[in-house]
Amino acid sequence: MRVDVTVNGEARRADDVWEGESLLFLLRERLGLPGAKNACEQGECGSCTVYLDDVPVCACLVAAGQAHGREVRTVEGLAVGDELDPVQEAFVEAGAVQCGFCTPGLVVAAHDLLNRVAAPSDPEIREALAGNLCRCTGYEKILDAVRLAARRR
Amino acid sequence: MDFLRPDTLAEALALKAEHPDAVPIAGGTDVMVELNFDHRRPAALLDLTRVAELRQWSERAGVVRLGSGVPYARVIDELGGALPGLAAASRTVGSPQIRNRGTVGGNLGAASPAGDAHPVLLTVDAVVEAVSARGTRLIPATEFYLGVKRNALEPDELIAAVLIPRARGPQQFCKVGTRNAMVIAVCSFAIALHPAAARVAAAIGSAAPTPRRASAAEEFLSGELTAADQWRSPRPLPEPVRRRFGELVAEAASPIDDVRGTAAYRGHALAVLARRALGWAWQDYQDHRDRWGGSV
Repeated sequence: MRVDVTVNGEARRADDVWEGESLLFLLRERLGLPGAKNACEQGECGSCTVYLDDVPVCACLVAAGQAHGREVRTVEGLAVGDELDPVQEAFVEAGAVQCGFCTPGLVVAAHDLLNRVAAPSDPEIREALAGNLCRCTGYEKILDAVRLAARRR
Repeated sequence: MDFLRPDTLAEALALKAEHPDAVPIAGGTDVMVELNFDHRRPAALLDLTRVAELRQWSERAGVVRLGSGVPYARVIDELGGALPGLAAASRTVGSPQIRNRGTVGGNLGAASPAGDAHPVLLTVDAVVEAVSARGTRLIPATEFYLGVKRNALEPDELIAAVLIPRARGPQQFCKVGTRNAMVIAVCSFAIALHPAAARVAAAIGSAAPTPRRASAAEEFLSGELTAADQWRSPRPLPEPVRRRFGELVAEAASPIDDVRGTAAYRGHALAVLARRALGWAWQDYQDHRDRWGGSV
């Protein structure tokens, strides 16, 4: 089937999409956007978090066909040209990145939190990131990064 | 595989009648896992996310009609006052990403014994509105769950909505898992006090082939409360009453040993959950009896 979807502001088209395929597969394998990561494929890890019509979702749990006619924003769409989003910058500065695999999902989840809550409390940050697993950092630097980004925005 | 994309409920029902083996998909939080892991290869997917009628809720004459496609995140944000038990259960579902997509309709469609909404729906006299091209059928939640992942829907039926009376008394939900987020319940418990009817409803999840009411516990507690005139002049509940209630709730279960926990643990944990949840609900009633409109 054909899927027409706006990704990071750009109209994209994919043909011969399998009907049971996920939005994550569509983004990574057909549209050349490998930012969202494929790990658990069951919504447990949050590595594939993207915005679908401005709502953060696990791209692995959205059928590609459900994204037809809708707007997707991936981690690739957060920076403006070479200018990183403040959340991305804060992750770099706070050392919130080790192997980096979970980072795109965490960045999108944190970006959404700061859009909704300008100065989140620690429990609010933990709750917002509860669906994103990181196996390297122990999360402390990630919390630092979100606090830093909140102060700067 | 076909990918069916109705824009209206009428279209969806026509497609479901024509393709009774089509699997409805809304938030995808169950269906996509089965597809991703090759556990299921349905002949067709029926995408319900474009059907606006399913994504609305309304309230009339004290009954909330919750469209089957309203995600948990909106139940939490918009219905915490009218449906406190369901909102409490919704807060425990998955993660923010999952709550943005997952729906009560999907919980009912999947009919997993561990679904978080089920125990609550059983305690609040919820009614499932099943629709097909043939018409509408109202199925009480108490008659909806037939077995592990089996429900009372006919092959040509879809869940349009759940009808839930606005809360007239305190409601609580709690569950046990390995952490606070992303947990499939090891066991879960819901309680609703119905002061106007001098009645308590209690139900368990993830501790039997289906979610189910704990009838003996309900009758015991309702009897104790009435005998002690507690509805009219609520006082702290005697510890033996709270404890016995917990034991009777645990006895309602027929739990199994599985990867998430043993049967013995589930029984123990249910008794603890029930005792605690009753404590919270009763405290609420003692503190806010006026808000719940007095009683008998």
